[in-house]
Amino acid sequence: MTIGLGHYLAVGAILFTTGILGIFLNRKNIIIILMSIELILLAVNVNLVAFSTFLGDIVGQVFALLVLTVAAAEAAIGLAVLVVYFRNRGSIAVEDVNLMKG
Amino acid sequence: MIQAIVFLPLIGAILAGLISIFGAHARNPSGDTVEHHDDAHGADAHASAAHAADAHDDHAADSHGHDDHAVEPPAAGSRAAELITTIPLLAAAALSWFAFYDVGLMHHDVRIALFPWITSGDLQVSWSLRVDTLTAVMLVVVNTVSSLVHLYSIGYMDEDPNRPRFFAYLSLFTFAMLMLVTSDNLVQLFFGWEGVGLASYLLIGFWYQKPSANAAAIKAFVVNRVGDFGFALGIFAIFMLIGSTDFETIFAGAPGLTGKTIDFFGWHADALTLTCLLLFMGAMGKSAQFLLHTWLPDAMEGPTPVSALIHAATMVTAGVFMVARLSPLFELAPNAQAVVMFFGATTAFFAATIGLVQNDIKRIVAYSTCSQLGYMFVAMGAGAYSVGMFHLFTHAFFKALLFLGSGSVIYAMHHEQDIRNMGGLWRKIPFTFFVMCIGTLALTGFPFFAGYFSKDAIIESAFVSHNPLAFYGFLMTVIAAGLTSFYSWRLVFKTFFGEPHDQEHYEAAHESPLWMLFPIGVLAAGSIFAGFPFKELFAGNSVDEFFRESLKMNPHIIEDMETIPQWIKLLPTVLMAIGAYVSYVFYIRRPYMPVELARQHQMLYQFLLNKWYFDELYDFIFVRPAKWLGRFLWKFGDGYVIDGFGPDGVSARVLDVTRNVVKLQTGYLYHYAFAMLIGVAGLITYFMFGVGGQ
Repeated sequence: MTIGLGHYLAVGAILFTTGILGIFLNRKNIIIILMSIELILLAVNVNLVAFSTFLGDIVGQVFALLVLTVAAAEAAIGLAVLVVYFRNRGSIAVEDVNLMKG
Repeated sequence: MIQAIVFLPLIGAILAGLISIFGAHARNPSGDTVEHHDDAHGADAHASAAHAADAHDDHAADSHGHDDHAVEPPAAGSRAAELITTIPLLAAAALSWFAFYDVGLMHHDVRIALFPWITSGDLQVSWSLRVDTLTAVMLVVVNTVSSLVHLYSIGYMDEDPNRPRFFAYLSLFTFAMLMLVTSDNLVQLFFGWEGVGLASYLLIGFWYQKPSANAAAIKAFVVNRVGDFGFALGIFAIFMLIGSTDFETIFAGAPGLTGKTIDFFGWHADALTLTCLLLFMGAMGKSAQFLLHTWLPDAMEGPTPVSALIHAATMVTAGVFMVARLSPLFELAPNAQAVVMFFGATTAFFAATIGLVQNDIKRIVAYSTCSQLGYMFVAMGAGAYSVGMFHLFTHAFFKALLFLGSGSVIYAMHHEQDIRNMGGLWRKIPFTFFVMCIGTLALTGFPFFAGYFSKDAIIESAFVSHNPLAFYGFLMTVIAAGLTSFYSWRLVFKTFFGEPHDQEHYEAAHESPLWMLFPIGVLAAGSIFAGFPFKELFAGNSVDEFFRESLKMNPHIIEDMETIPQWIKLLPTVLMAIGAYVSYVFYIRRPYMPVELARQHQMLYQFLLNKWYFDELYDFIFVRPAKWLGRFLWKFGDGYVIDGFGPDGVSARVLDVTRNVVKLQTGYLYHYAFAMLIGVAGLITYFMFGVGGQ
């Protein structure tokens, strides 16, 4: 059985769904939400690379690198925010982070 | 000369007003707290300086408990303000007598066009002065009484801290009254009419610390507005019918209006009758006639000189003057004349009955004024306009005398106004007693005093008039003559004779200063001599020659008056004597009799004491429904409907919406993320299947 485009897309879809569910089902920790976002971005990368190879267009892979960079930066900022937040509030449990409640 | 007569009081008023304003400013330079300062100290000034104040004021101030405070010093320039208003008025009074001689006797009528006022399409109104005999008579009355009242006020108000303001108001009133009587068109007449109304309001409420004075001032103003409503409609009607408000044009066009009708929602009213009735409605308000009289007794809250000037001698006679001025119209509307006669006669009788039982010295005189004004309107209704003017002329003297005399009594009794607490005063204040007797003799029509000629002439004119209500008018005025005599002598007897009821006040009673006695003396002389020398001019054969075209008399009435039976001529005098005798018996010989009588006829006594329950009736018919309507519109109309559905309602709905929208904001991260994803999913779906799918 050769591994075709469909398999890559399936992996991407599974990763994406896992990331989405990670955001909603997780009630514990905001770090997990950050990780889920990483997963979603990775799923996108997988798709990009898969299509790039499949279509023979290098731009997709370039774009995937760009996304990785952005994801790294985002993770750095996100973690920094979380550290500061923990320092101020003493908790980063998702249930406790509701300052915007109306 | 005429300009001087009219505008000297205005100059005095402006100067005194400036003194008053700058004086108030100097006392309290910060400006913004001026009113407050006056409020706080006005009351205690009246309490301790009670000489200047009125009896009611005394009580009002006492209740404020300011007695131990320092007396407020009189306003700066008080003396200057007094002189600056009084001296021009004395000059104006002297000039008016000259004008009376020049216009009335030498027949030099004057028309002075000052400058145009309103020019709007057909409506042309100008400021102008018209002096014919009718006006000249009014000029004499107004300026003489006004200057004497100014003099009197210098004495009477001598400890009031706000004299510049008082004198400014007095002179302002005089000016407005002069504008009224010298007007050459209805609009300027209306200007003066409202001007005197304003001055009356200001002067009744002069002691604005007293709630009762403010209430009386507002009542006078509001009741007069009812009359003025009719008056204004009358002016509009005349303008509509004739297209001008100038007297000359109106009188020239009036005969052509007979038989015309005014259509009003399908109701065809006779034009002249309707117009005259509307105008008479204004006269009823200003002259305190039956149904619109309620403000006059309350107006006695003002200082006594004000009562003498405005509410006895001049302003209240403006209605009589107006009817006389428009005599060419009224002569053409016999139905309106019947109404005038009816109201005049009813007022004469009704006010006299109330006067019988009142106990406040000023209110007795006020009801007497009301009654005498009724007499004047009876003469107007009979078509004997000059006779009505005669009574106006004499009445101004003796009624001003009675008021100023009452003021002197009040002053002597330290602001006691209840005649039940007086008695035996003739020993203490003989001069006041003497002039009050002259005033009473003149009022009751004692032979050869002023009122004798004018009042009897009115009764005779009512008897001979062809008015459908002439007999009613005659009957009422004759009965009222007896009643007048009774209550006038009752006032004199209870005040000056008998035993003193208030020993403390009696002992302290003292004659008034010369400032006050001199004007009273002059008026007393007027009360004696205003009758006989003028009889021929006003109610004799010289009427036509004297008044010429300024009045349009009923053509036969003066001749008819000469030929009436002797017993009719004697009847009022006989009733006067009976009234005086009954009064003598009741209050000198057998003082227990009136008490007994009041007990036996409790109902009637209460009915009269409560002034025929008019105040209660009006309270029930007008005041309370008006208050109810106001409350309804306020609470329901404005508060519930407009606010509820308008600003308050809108803002409340906005709040409701936001309150619910706010609930959407849970603050949980995953809810926002979920919303975002749903949104993204929705957008993608839309682009794939909605737009993108095309």
